[in-house]
Parts: sequence; C-alpha cells; structure tokens
Amino acid sequence: MRPTAAVVAAVAEAHRREWGRVLAATVLLTRDLDLAEECTQDAFTQALQTWDRSGVPERPGGWLTTVARNRARDLLRHESVVRRTLPLLVMDDYQAGPDEADESSAVGDDRLRLIFTCCHPALSREAQIALTLRLLCGLSTAEVARAFLVSETTMAARVTRAKKKIAAARVPYRVPAAADLPIRVSAVAEVLHLLFTTGHTAPVGEQLIRRDLVDSAIDLARLLHQLLPDQAEVSGLLSLMLLIDARRDTRHAPDGRLLLLSEQDRAGWSRELIDEGTALLTTALSDHPPSRYAVEAAIAAVHAEAPSWESTDWTEIVGLYNVLRRLWPSPVVDLNRAVAISFRDGPEAGLAAVEPLLDEPVLATYGYLAATRADLLRRCRRWAPAADAYEEALALTDNVVEREFLYGRLAEVRRQLN
Amino acid sequence: MAKYLILIYGEEKTWEAMTETEWAKIDGGHKALHEAAERTGVTVLSAGQLESASTATTLRGGEPGRPVPTDGPFLETKEGLGGFYVIEAADLDAAIAVTGNLHEIYAGHSAVEIRPLMSR
Repeated sequence: MRPTAAVVAAVAEAHRREWGRVLAATVLLTRDLDLAEECTQDAFTQALQTWDRSGVPERPGGWLTTVARNRARDLLRHESVVRRTLPLLVMDDYQAGPDEADESSAVGDDRLRLIFTCCHPALSREAQIALTLRLLCGLSTAEVARAFLVSETTMAARVTRAKKKIAAARVPYRVPAAADLPIRVSAVAEVLHLLFTTGHTAPVGEQLIRRDLVDSAIDLARLLHQLLPDQAEVSGLLSLMLLIDARRDTRHAPDGRLLLLSEQDRAGWSRELIDEGTALLTTALSDHPPSRYAVEAAIAAVHAEAPSWESTDWTEIVGLYNVLRRLWPSPVVDLNRAVAISFRDGPEAGLAAVEPLLDEPVLATYGYLAATRADLLRRCRRWAPAADAYEEALALTDNVVEREFLYGRLAEVRRQLN
Repeated sequence: MAKYLILIYGEEKTWEAMTETEWAKIDGGHKALHEAAERTGVTVLSAGQLESASTATTLRGGEPGRPVPTDGPFLETKEGLGGFYVIEAADLDAAIAVTGNLHEIYAGHSAVEIRPLMSR
C-alpha cells in the first residue's frame, strides 16, 4: 500500500527538520557514522509505513530517534553481523541506558557534538561541508554533489575519506573544551557562511537562490546560537544571514530578472527577519575586534533601516567597510567599498576606488568586478567603455538570472551609443 | 587510546644555522610537550632528534637478504625529517594539544605532522 500524500509530506518535513537530531542521538549508541546513518535512514523508511497506519506522532523527532536507536541496539546485539571497517568513534563516557526517559532531553547537545565533529579543523574544508550537509541536514550525496558542482562519485569518495579520517585519526565526537571553543566555533561559522553564500548565489543554473542550502545554513546557525548564546561570532553570523535573507522575496522581478538592492521593493523585506537580525547585533558587536560577520551584518542593518536606496546612510556604510577591510582584508571588500564610495561621492570617485583593483589577480575572473565597473561607467555616461565592461562581465558570469540582467544593461548602453 | 607518530619537518639548513638562543626556544617547546603530556594523561612512548639527512642510508633493490645500501635519504627535498615522537593519547584533540607546545610549528620553515598509527 502506498502512503498517503499527507504522510509523505510529514516524513519529508521531519527529514528536513529532524535528520541531524536523530542521527546525532544514534551515533552515541553506534559510535560509527555509517551505522548511525543506516539506522536513521531505516527509521525514516519505517515512518512512511507506520505513520500511514497510526497517524503522525505528536513529536516526530522523538519517535524517529527511538526507532533509530532501537534499530541500532538490534544491530549491535548481533555485532558479528555488523561489518565494522573503522575504529569506534572516540567519545566521553556516556551511559546509554535502555530506559532513557526522554530521548529529546540532550538532543540539542548531541547535534552540537555532531557539528563540531563534522567541522573539525583537521578535515579539509570540502570534507567539512560535505559531512555537514550529509549528516546534519540529511542531504543525499547526489544533492551535495550538485550543490558544489562535482560528480557524485567524487563527492561519495570525499565523504568516505572524511569518515575514515574521523575514525582513524580519532577526531573526538565531542563539544570542544572552553579554551578551544573560539577557534572551533570559527571553523563551524566559516562552513555555515560558505553554505549560505553558495546557496544565496548559486554559480550556475536557473535558480538564483538554492533555497535548501540557505535554509540549512540558517537552521544550523540558529541551532548554534541557541546552544552557544554568548559566542559573539555566532550571533554575528546569524544576524548577517537573517538580514540578507530578509530581502529574499524582493530579489527577483516577476520575470525572474535579478533586482539590485537599489531596485528592490523595500516593503517586501521581511520585517520579522530584520528585527531578529538587528536584535542580535548588540551581542555580535561586543567582541573586540568584532568578527567580520558582525561588521557585514551591521552593513546589512544600515541598508535594512534606510527607507530608500537614495536615503541610505552611505557615510556610515563606507565607515563600516573601512572597519571590515582592516579586519578582513579582501579585494572583494574593497570592491563593495568602492560601490559605497560611488554613492557617497559620485560614480567618478567610485571608479577611482575600483581602478587599483583591476590588477588584482584574485578578481581577474570575478564577474562582479567587471559588472561593477560597467555600472560605474554607465553612471558616468561613458557608454563605449561601459559596453566593453558589460561584455567582459557577461563572459565571466554563468548564473542565468544575472546574465539576463547584464544583457539588459548592455542593450541599454548600446542604444546610447547609436 | 590511540597511538600517533609525530613528525617534525623543517629545513636542515635553517636548523643548522640556528643560534643558542633559538635552540633554547626549541628545547623549551619539547620540555613543555613532556610536561603537558604528563598533565593531560598523554604518554610519550618514544622520541628522538635525527642526525642530518646526509647521514642517512637508503636500502632499495638487490637480492632478498642482500640489500644494496646507497648514500642519502629516500627523498631528496629541501624539507627533511628532523625529529619524531610516538605518543599515546585519548584522541586527536589531546594529541594536538600536547603537540601544540612545539616551537617548530611557529617557526615558519618547519611544521609538525600528526599521523595515527593503524590500530589493527
């Protein structure tokens, strides 16, 4: 019998929300990531059948955790049939009694352990991302491979290698000690930030925003913030994500064309997300020096507060970019600063600020540099060089929606030429 | 518990040119490693500083039981192995914590690799 659509939807929703929770609690029993994944997968499969008969449980996460852990106990009881290829995960002594009254009591902490293990600095950045998406978000290897533009075989090999390293090098399944926390939190924050930005501007393809990546990144940042409320870097990261995501409904015209910040309908920005993001800023900026995320969030907050593009406090924005480039020297930051300068002091001043970046090797293939310069030239009414710069930007941009936008501008500039 | 081989790589030339003061820094790091190990339940099973690579003998080829010795290290590189530890620690974080005392990590030309020993 095929489960009803409502049950399929409930299982899919639980998969999105509870996968990491269930897996993290199951790893505590299996001390083996593969085995825990298998048991978690089994629990979701069983949910499809059982929930169809007896209804969706009140706490799906608790139900799934119990089923996955029972499955793990079953398998471990017949240890000989478990083909164990890797050493057991290292974890602190944990009394996994059979009568744990409330399976959900420690789950928050379980996920925290899992995220610190997935983002251990001894793993490569690619491995950290792949493990986080697989183990905490429950994305399939194929989905992770698609998100990062590598083949499924490559991604599968990457995940297997990373799991082997965790087991063989004894990367502990544990929340790091207080002394190590700042460095370890930074590693997690970098992974989540990368997930968010990858999702926010997918480099190739039809969809400007990979909603699932953005949502996963925000969910995990929320979790991290909830569990480590005093970590200013985490507050900054979450604040930044919320303030950027507040604009999500206004980034496209009805025809799918990308809208610039200046063109977006600010009435469509999510007040709720802006308020939540702004409220986090005080904690976020309490570190000295603040994290780059906190400063970037402050920049996003200035935009969020401005009633219109024209009335944006550009002096404040340029000032924040000056802080940011000291903390996080990067040609990309300088490029954004040049844009802010162009609105404070005019497009000629912006062009002057962009000029030194043209020889920057890091930016040589960065479509935004050409696109920014094209826009500044257009605003200076220097049509011929503007057209050249738009063509250059087009050659460097794969995103379909962004290309549409650049084509539109190029056509506009060419009309002025004739 | 797991065993780790800790390999200290660096430029021999730079090591040879070091002053007394610089050596004192290096020695201080090794002393700190032992103290940290003692404090945190990590066992140092073995350790040693190596003679220069020019004193190495490599065996490769020949008849079984009658190897052909040749002069020099297995790999001719600017960076060479200068010393090692074998330690036993609860996990990688514990191994990183004690190893983090070595000054070679922060000297620029040298680095320290932590390799788990196979447990089966």
